[in-house]
Amino acid sequence: MAELTLDLRRVVGRWSLRTVGHAGRFAYFVADLARGLADWRVWMPRTIEQAILVGYGSLFIVLLIAGFAGAVTSLQTAYQFSGNFPKYLAGGVITESVILELGPVLTGLILAGRIGARFAAELGTMRVTEQIDALESLGRSPVTHLLLPRCLAGIIVIPALVMFANATGFGVGWLAAKTTLGISNGDFIYGARFFFQSFDLWYSAIKAVCFAGAVTVIPCYIGFNTQQGAEGVGRATTDAVVAASVTILMLDVVLSELLLPGVGQ
Amino acid sequence: MIELRQVSKRFLDHVVLDKVDFRVDDGETVALLGPSGVGKSVLLKHIIGLIRPDSGTVTVDEQNVALLGRKEIAALRSTIGYVFQNGALFDSMDVRENIRLGVTNDEQFNDVAYCEARVTECLRLVNLQPEVAKKFPGELSGGMRKRVGIARAIAGKPKYLLYDEPTSGLDPVNSDVIDQLIERLQNELGVTSVVVTHDVRGSFRVADRIALLWQAKIRAVGTPEEIVQSQDPAVQQFLERDLEMTIIQNESTDGS
Repeated sequence: MAELTLDLRRVVGRWSLRTVGHAGRFAYFVADLARGLADWRVWMPRTIEQAILVGYGSLFIVLLIAGFAGAVTSLQTAYQFSGNFPKYLAGGVITESVILELGPVLTGLILAGRIGARFAAELGTMRVTEQIDALESLGRSPVTHLLLPRCLAGIIVIPALVMFANATGFGVGWLAAKTTLGISNGDFIYGARFFFQSFDLWYSAIKAVCFAGAVTVIPCYIGFNTQQGAEGVGRATTDAVVAASVTILMLDVVLSELLLPGVGQ
Repeated sequence: MIELRQVSKRFLDHVVLDKVDFRVDDGETVALLGPSGVGKSVLLKHIIGLIRPDSGTVTVDEQNVALLGRKEIAALRSTIGYVFQNGALFDSMDVRENIRLGVTNDEQFNDVAYCEARVTECLRLVNLQPEVAKKFPGELSGGMRKRVGIARAIAGKPKYLLYDEPTSGLDPVNSDVIDQLIERLQNELGVTSVVVTHDVRGSFRVADRIALLWQAKIRAVGTPEEIVQSQDPAVQQFLERDLEMTIIQNESTDGS
């Protein structure tokens, strides 16, 4: 029993040390990113390249997922509102579900897998093959050459992708509602406008920016600190996707609590 | 001049460098010999500030590398060419872009004509055809990768060249080609060089002085002639190219 207690203390001690170490290194990492912003001549052209890669490359999958999300929301609304509810309510429920939750969260989770994994694997491979050391040895900063372009590209492009996802989810949800609920265009639009506030789009955009931070900064940090060869790259990639996804879901709760009027009061 | 004074470095419980003193004068080439995993590359990375010492000082051109700020260390690194063990070429860029990144002066880097000429010149210096510039690292052989790595390291006209195992993993013919290249660059460019290697024959060919790193310390330093005449069993064992260093291991086992 004494040995078990000692082992438990060791495990907790090591875990605590590792966590505090990561927190400190992550804080330095973010500070380095902020300092690197001054060298805009270096990161600007690379950011545009990355933005095209991230945005154009992710557009199809994001729209596909958003379309499915809109359709499923519509089908479930049809199931739940099959009684004597006024049909226009479905327009409000579908619109609000897509804009407030499904658009940003599903896009964030998909991009955590797509972009987060890519950034972590790219930077991890560059780390273990000494390409990052080589960049530094040439007097060039990995922050402005590699990290800032990836993070900024994500932070610029992901909110735009979320807005496209919102529009697609809304459009497909509308079409699905017409077929499953038999709702008229007028009723759907009335319901959507009845519940919609311009703040909803701001809220969606704020979530998108925060999720973009999680999808880019965390995988970049994990990839940049990869160790131990191919196995390390594999571990970094998995860790990056898991950490970014969990952070998105945590941020979702926190932002709902902080930003939605009336919640938590 | 490059100078390490009383430099110590450990990774967790493993002491890699223990109060190491090491000096390279301007214009000379020093080969740092030692068995694999002894810490030669770690020592080399201290010189360029990629690793900081736990204690001791590393000075290059009388600047303490560990105390330099962001801009100062970037400026210092632009005077040092570093040839990585496996080339460390940027695999998303072609050879031209890889070498161009070695042009460390910003004005020259943005001058397309200068960079084009410099890439061709560096490829010529490492005995590669200009057509190689269009290839990607994945299309190159091991020897070519090493040579492109050297071309990138010299593109910025450095004052110092640090070679990390330039001939490891190469067949004897390609090793000779790289050794010839190091000699030629030394003669043509007049750079100060540190060559980390476990290739005894190659080091005797290129070095003015040789240092042997063993068990975290510099075991012997001297001209090739002095090293040959050394009575130290570790040095003799190494010269016989027995990289297992059995005598040394027995010695340390007996001593413990």
